[in-house]
Amino acid sequence: MDLVSPGIGLIFWSTLFFLLLLFILGKFAWPSILTAIRARNESIKQALKAADRAKEEMKKLQADNEKIIAEAREERNAMLREAKEIKEKLIAEAREQASDEAKKIVKSARESIKSEKRAAINEMKEQMARLSVDIAEKILRKKLEDTKEQKSLVEKLISEADLN
Amino acid sequence: MTLRFIAAASIVFFTFGTLFPTEVLQAQTSHSQEDVQNQTSGEAHQTSGHDQESGEEEFVANKFIMEHIKDSHEWHILTKKDGTHVSVYLPVILYSRHSGFHVFSSKKLAHGHTHRGFRMGQGQAEGKNLEGKIVEVDQNGELVEEGLPLDFSITKNVFMMMLSVVILLWVFLSLAKSYKRTGISEPRGLQGFLEPVVVFVEEDIAIPNIGEEKYQRYMPYLLTIFFFILLNNLMGLIPFFPFGANVTGNIAVTMTLAVFTFLITTFSGNKGYWRHIFNTPGVPVWLAPIMIPVEIIGMFTKPFALMIRLFANITAGHIIVLSLISMIFIFKSIFMSVPSLVMVIFMLCIELLVAFLQAYIFTLLSALFIGLAMPEHHHE
Repeated sequence: MDLVSPGIGLIFWSTLFFLLLLFILGKFAWPSILTAIRARNESIKQALKAADRAKEEMKKLQADNEKIIAEAREERNAMLREAKEIKEKLIAEAREQASDEAKKIVKSARESIKSEKRAAINEMKEQMARLSVDIAEKILRKKLEDTKEQKSLVEKLISEADLN
Repeated sequence: MTLRFIAAASIVFFTFGTLFPTEVLQAQTSHSQEDVQNQTSGEAHQTSGHDQESGEEEFVANKFIMEHIKDSHEWHILTKKDGTHVSVYLPVILYSRHSGFHVFSSKKLAHGHTHRGFRMGQGQAEGKNLEGKIVEVDQNGELVEEGLPLDFSITKNVFMMMLSVVILLWVFLSLAKSYKRTGISEPRGLQGFLEPVVVFVEEDIAIPNIGEEKYQRYMPYLLTIFFFILLNNLMGLIPFFPFGANVTGNIAVTMTLAVFTFLITTFSGNKGYWRHIFNTPGVPVWLAPIMIPVEIIGMFTKPFALMIRLFANITAGHIIVLSLISMIFIFKSIFMSVPSLVMVIFMLCIELLVAFLQAYIFTLLSALFIGLAMPEHHHE
């Protein structure tokens, strides 16, 4: 029974000690400890949130980067393709142009040859005419060296010519 | 400044208050002489457990255990082979309606001596057990009519409680200081050890039971009571001076703590709480004569259960450990010490758990009762 009957002395001292402890710790220890812990928890929470945000941003950035790289690659490929096409087109055009030119050259050459030929023929004709005139002159001169012959010829020519 | 001053003042106060009328570690020569005198005069020996007549030690487990469980005016440290005791004599502070205040060392009362009309009581008187209590007697050796003096002595329990208060103040004031210094950087040293416990009290005890809005007001009380009980539980498990006193296993201490919880619960009770007691919602009016007494009894049973739970758990733990140790002396065999020691160590491990558990339960239930006293409107 003694064990479960509280003694006045111990009640007094434990009340005193506990109140003292509660007062001093409640005034000087708990507030600063709890504030510090809460502040740290808050800062950790904020830091974690910020880290999450940064991670997300980085992911977005990475995705953007990849997109940009893919676009760049696509563009490069397109450019290459285009260049190839242009090259081929140029070559084809050049070839065509060259053959055209060649044809033109050949044609003009042919024409000039033709005209040269014609000119040559004309000249030849002229020269032959002159030569034959010269020859005829020379022959005539020879024939007409004597007067009799000249007379016969004139008569002959006159008879030939129709005076009617 | 103020902080340091209070810490220093409290330490000085406690040290002086404790040591002033105390005479630590008695000189053994005079002590043993006293013993011899006591033996020859045939006076009953107070710190018994020895059969003086036969000279052979008679071990009484019940007495041995009760001596350790109960509070005491002197702190018995050991008994030497020649029968002399080494004790710390704590100050006795008495208020008697017969003769007023008295302060003296408990050494004056040792071995059945009478000092200023006071002596250690023995046996029964008027249905009261006087064993271990200080009684006042007149010239003829009869008890005075005014009854027992009020005993405010610095007993074993008071002394250890003082020590625990000093330790708690020192630990937590330095902790607060270190928080002020380091701010919100990572916890270091003592912080790392105590911070999880503080956070545990806050997040797992206070917030779930009292609620997010109001819990902050009660944090100082819950933290103080948690660490006070925890430290005294743990100190009670250390079997060396100045530890090992059964503070939280003393009904007066647990009663004081339970009364604090009761007062806080009652004074923080809101309208809903009182309405629940005097006009329980959903109960017909004609049941009120039954319901109101039941509810009022309920107000008291809650802290009463707190008081009994802590007292019984800690006392039971001490009794088990002491019983296991007693087995060695009951069997009077050194071989018994092996199983006894194994079991004692096992029990102490469990007691370590119980020390934390009981501190936790007391705090948890205090928080729960405080939370119940402030029901939200939507509960109705």
